Amino acid sequence: MTDVERNRVVTTVALERLDPRSRAAARGWSDLTIRNMFIIPTIVFLIVFNIFPLLYSLGYSFTDFRASVSAPANFVGLDNYQRLLSDPNIWRNFTVTAKYVIVSVGGQMIVGFGVALLLNRSFPFKGFVTTLLLLPMMMSMAVVGLFWKLLYDPSWGIINYALGLGRFDWLSNPDMALYAVAITDIWMWSPFVMLLSLAGLSAVPKHLYEAAAIDRASNWYTFTHITLPLVSPLLLIALIFRTMEAFKSFDLPFIMSGQPTTEVVAIRLYKMAFQEWQTGLSCALAYIMLIVVIAITNIYVKYLNRVKER
Amino acid sequence: MAAVKTPRQKVANQLAIAAVIVIAIIFLAPIYWIGSTAFKPRALATTVPPTVLFQPEVTPFVKLFTRRVQLNRPVEPEAYEAAPWWEKRIYDGGERVLRVGEDVQLSGYPDRFLNSLIIAVTSTLLAVSMGTLTAYGFSRFRVAGEQDWLFFILSTRMLPPVVVAIPMFLMYRVVGMTDTHIGLIILYTAFNLSFSVWLMKGFIDEIPKEYEEAALVDGYTRMQAFFKIVLPEAATGIAATAVFCFITAWNEYAFALMLTNRDAQTAPPFIPAQVGSGLTDWTTIAAGTFLFLLPVAIFTFLLRNHLLRGMSFGAIRK
Repeated sequence: MTDVERNRVVTTVALERLDPRSRAAARGWSDLTIRNMFIIPTIVFLIVFNIFPLLYSLGYSFTDFRASVSAPANFVGLDNYQRLLSDPNIWRNFTVTAKYVIVSVGGQMIVGFGVALLLNRSFPFKGFVTTLLLLPMMMSMAVVGLFWKLLYDPSWGIINYALGLGRFDWLSNPDMALYAVAITDIWMWSPFVMLLSLAGLSAVPKHLYEAAAIDRASNWYTFTHITLPLVSPLLLIALIFRTMEAFKSFDLPFIMSGQPTTEVVAIRLYKMAFQEWQTGLSCALAYIMLIVVIAITNIYVKYLNRVKER
Repeated sequence: MAAVKTPRQKVANQLAIAAVIVIAIIFLAPIYWIGSTAFKPRALATTVPPTVLFQPEVTPFVKLFTRRVQLNRPVEPEAYEAAPWWEKRIYDGGERVLRVGEDVQLSGYPDRFLNSLIIAVTSTLLAVSMGTLTAYGFSRFRVAGEQDWLFFILSTRMLPPVVVAIPMFLMYRVVGMTDTHIGLIILYTAFNLSFSVWLMKGFIDEIPKEYEEAALVDGYTRMQAFFKIVLPEAATGIAATAVFCFITAWNEYAFALMLTNRDAQTAPPFIPAQVGSGLTDWTTIAAGTFLFLLPVAIFTFLLRNHLLRGMSFGAIRK
């Protein structure tokens, strides 16, 4: 072997040593194997337990299947969808849901952002107070919703007492029930909007405010031209996420009120599937709901990725 | 901003802090009410005006754990004297504790609490371990269509529970898995898995690749590097993810309502089912609610620095 050749061999070996991938591949599993071993189980698990059931119910949505009787399912084509979309009661459920989404998400945005503006300054025990305010969103909606029924009780509830409303009826009053449930939802989820708003507010560069102060900009001008535009990406994320969650809501209205005026789509779906046992029809309604949710999810993820890139 | 402040700004600042105090009191009143009702004598739970200050007692917790019936005649003095302190409290309330032989009969609550614990802990372990591996895979290796896979994973989290529960109920019925622990564990794992992948990916992305590469050069295999370098670095993230998954599974109501009724029932569907019409004993329900919410409240404080990250699926970091 000439010197040149020997040098070349030594260099190649040295380079192989330096490249971690080829070294690791020589011992133990290759990166490709590890990647597949790490990722595939999760994908398979999600397909088996989320996507497969959905395909299963897609099949049933074209039948008149009832899970309570042993009669076989008959194929009915698009009848279920047609029946649902032409049923004024289903449209009423969607209207109720829309109203609930607007009232509760609107309330959460206003309260959450408002409280965040108040909290965005230094004061004693700031971290502790902020965490305390975040408690409601971490708790079980079903269990906390149950307790709000006690707070709303017309004869001895503390809400009527505190507001001096006498024996005002909240939950058994068809006109008030939806607002009462929405107030509980606002209480639970304003902290979420507050959390995201605080993150947005703390990221606004201080020098912008200083510059505005030097220019003698009014508070209102500073707010609309500096604060809002810089916080708005996070507010938008909070808005989309809460809209999606509110559209799906089931726990709170189900636990708190049995009024037809609070029968959101998820509750109708539950009753159709597990009380009236109209399995085929309920699968079709589930799909209508699913399409809306997937559409909102798409928008949500798009904005989530946009914020992430900053 | 802490620099020079005009008197007007100072006043505005103090007003804002005063408003924060008022809002905090309003926000926390419902939670205080749950906590205080859990320690109230039954007669004080539904008074007008509401009772704020009272002598706390643990009778609601005794009632929460025992099965009781109304006394149809006054208790005999000897029996009363012989009874332990907690049983006297029950007698005082005009009830007696049911026994089988000598053993006190327990109410349904401890079993449901235990079910909640078993199901939440198991599904958390599964979701976090699978999620960490998958997050590592997406973070360190090239995956074709990575964004699409990640979107697919996240979208499973967004499915409305009722929509998933209908086919799951039908499928579980065929294989005999309705009202079983494993049935709920699978559902909660699937529900938390996507969350865990997204959150862990954020945490693992933050660990410099150079750490592992240095280890690989030193002769570690990729697996050794993962277990000895990446996992210890990601420990805080794993703990935060686990707590989030635990809280989600612990709080979940809709799946548990539709897929369990007795053996595997968790606390969230059980507690509201205790409310009858008419004379509901709110102190006992409050005691059950208080014990159920306590772990979540503690975890919230432990998690306080990771809340933002968790609630935004790892997208927003401080």
